[in-house]
Amino acid sequence: MVVAFDEMGSSGDSCRPGYEVLKRWLESTPPDLLTTRRAEAELLFRRIGITFNVYGDEAGEERLIPFDIIPRILTKKEWAVLARGLEQRVKALNAFLADIYSKGEILRAGHVPEDLIYRNPYYRPEMAGLKLAHDIYVMIAGIDIVRVDPDTFYVLEDNARTPSGVSYMLENREVMMRLFPDLFAEQRIAPVENYPDALLATLKSVAPRSASSDPTVALLTPGPYNSAFYEHSFLADKLGIELVEGRDLLVRDNVVYMRTTEGPKRVDVLYRRLDDDFLDPLTFRPDSALGVPGLMSAYRAGNITLSNAVGTGVADDKAVYSYMPEIVRFYLGEEPLLQNVPTWRCREPDALKYVLDHLPEMVVKEVAGSGGYGMLIGPTADKKTIAEFAAKLAANPDDFIAQPTLALSTSPTFVDSGVAPRHVDLRPFVLTGGDKVRIVPGGLTRVALKAGSLVVNSSQGGGTKDTWVLDA
Amino acid sequence: MLSRTADNLFWLARYVERAENTARILDAANRLAAMPIAYAGESNEWESAVAATGTLGLFKSLGREATGESVVDFLAFSADNPSSIRSCLERARVNARTVRTALTSEMWEAINGAWLGLRDFNRLGDRVRLNAFLTYVKEASLRFDGSAYRTMLRNDAYFFSGLGSFIERADNTARILDVKYHLLLPEQESVGGGLDFFQWSSILRSVSANTAYHWVYRESVKPWLVADLLVLNEQLPRSLSACYGRICEFLDELSLAYGRQGPAQRVARSTRNRLQNATLEDVFQGGLHEFLTEFIGENSRLGQAITDQYLA
Repeated sequence: MVVAFDEMGSSGDSCRPGYEVLKRWLESTPPDLLTTRRAEAELLFRRIGITFNVYGDEAGEERLIPFDIIPRILTKKEWAVLARGLEQRVKALNAFLADIYSKGEILRAGHVPEDLIYRNPYYRPEMAGLKLAHDIYVMIAGIDIVRVDPDTFYVLEDNARTPSGVSYMLENREVMMRLFPDLFAEQRIAPVENYPDALLATLKSVAPRSASSDPTVALLTPGPYNSAFYEHSFLADKLGIELVEGRDLLVRDNVVYMRTTEGPKRVDVLYRRLDDDFLDPLTFRPDSALGVPGLMSAYRAGNITLSNAVGTGVADDKAVYSYMPEIVRFYLGEEPLLQNVPTWRCREPDALKYVLDHLPEMVVKEVAGSGGYGMLIGPTADKKTIAEFAAKLAANPDDFIAQPTLALSTSPTFVDSGVAPRHVDLRPFVLTGGDKVRIVPGGLTRVALKAGSLVVNSSQGGGTKDTWVLDA
Repeated sequence: MLSRTADNLFWLARYVERAENTARILDAANRLAAMPIAYAGESNEWESAVAATGTLGLFKSLGREATGESVVDFLAFSADNPSSIRSCLERARVNARTVRTALTSEMWEAINGAWLGLRDFNRLGDRVRLNAFLTYVKEASLRFDGSAYRTMLRNDAYFFSGLGSFIERADNTARILDVKYHLLLPEQESVGGGLDFFQWSSILRSVSANTAYHWVYRESVKPWLVADLLVLNEQLPRSLSACYGRICEFLDELSLAYGRQGPAQRVARSTRNRLQNATLEDVFQGGLHEFLTEFIGENSRLGQAITDQYLA
């Protein structure tokens, strides 16, 4: 097993830049105090009710995501590199989406295979030829980043549909500031509290041209049974906008209104946390009770902005992901600042052969999967699982991509046995408005709490920690 | 505000109020059932408790016999009974969770805490446990009301939840009075007898008005004076009159805020006028039962008018 790069530099006396204060503090703090603080943090989370729902888990309808009290730290320099790369990546994503729903130049130039787009389940023919206000498709992107050594950050995946987790970024910081004011006093940590302001400004900046100078924004949720409902209500609250369900909205003459105690009120921008499929039963799934009949015609008429746009799921696709370097070069004429993880597209026969021959070393993912479901992690899987997966892969190679098992960086984490290194990733949130791009310094660090585990998804027992970007 | 949000607040307040009232009714039934058998007479306090919550039909349709155990289970815990204390607190919590952004954190913690605490009361072994449970429910409701009163902005959210509380409270007061009046006066029993005394006291106790009665009337418990207190006395916060005073106040605030009046304001005002102009003689002349039946109908029409005007 490769020894992973540790963000703090856990071996010996060495300490990586940015971690000096934390390391000193960890060394001088008795374990009892850490235990006490962890219990306090859990109590705070429980009291505030920051929970998520686990599908198919009847016993615990609402659960807490485990929170680790040891922050993960990035220096100002590291962040600057990341931020530039993120902005570049999301710019390219937007140009790509605008292109595939209009002229399809990148396809005609042969950089991305056509069938990958037009036969993609997330491609929405309804969007073809539609001119969006400001030409922005992905206003809110969550880009998952992993690190393998001091200088290399990889993009693990792009979340361009309805990325979640930002409420944890904000609440984690809130709890840390309450529990460890001294640590904050000793160094300058860039604030994340302005995220809601940045989000609201972004959403207002993409309002339809017909909207007033102070557009009405609302957040559309599938409702309290959705796994991310806490986040939806949290954000609506912080933004000071209405949290609406489909039944609160109605469409009249291609204009969207919400039902209020004072009568119908026009909505200009809908931050929707509802998948395309459910948005409008007249256009998509007719059985959707969560959506708004007629929403798509109002959208097509240019009377409402949906954020993110319909059909952005194509960019989440892990096969499309593998073309991101080409996509960046094609639209921006620049070299990508953030690298992809080396990826084998199983749809290509040579790649498939290689992957099948090396399964025990690889991570294989469904191209349309998310949340850590339906993947194979070669090094930890038993022979039987590998054989079963090989059969699935051979039967539908188009559905899979494969990547080498990465030695994801670790970060010191407070677990039952004390402070120990655990693998982490990072999801920064990139906001693209009609006026500018906004990125709050930091993001959501997810941590695999089991020793050696590489799976950080909350649905698979991962936890989160606060992410500090040093401001000086 | 969103109609659905207002609707959720309205019903959240109603459920909390209903849970408390049911707890009070159970408390009174429990006390009466503990009376010496000579006083208990023929009347079944447990059945009358179910009747007072307006769920007797449902109870019977489930084929249940009214015993202490079955009634406590039905009114306190049963999932079959949408008005059981547990059902009310669960639905209140679902509503609260849905509109969390419209609640203050104190209100949310009050209702979430009440719901979490329910787990400790899954089954009741004995009367001591029952008392502890009923106290728990009453306190939960007090905490909710108190946090709303002390922390909410005086805006539409506050008015809608206030409307929910008072419409439900008026309904409950009327029902308690009606059912008791009906069940508690067996013909052979003389008004003012021993049974009568305990039973009318129990009504007062179930609405926490025992002391108030003595302050106002300075005499022993008499049925018509109890009716006077619960129907017409504006000083008693649970009386129909007092409830309608608050209801009209909240509706006026709403029409002021929204710059528009509607059927809800008119229905409420006409009911309040009737209550203000009525004398005890009027009430008893036409029959207390008839009076209360009509009131319950009007009160529910007001609920519907509010729904049509604001919540739909």
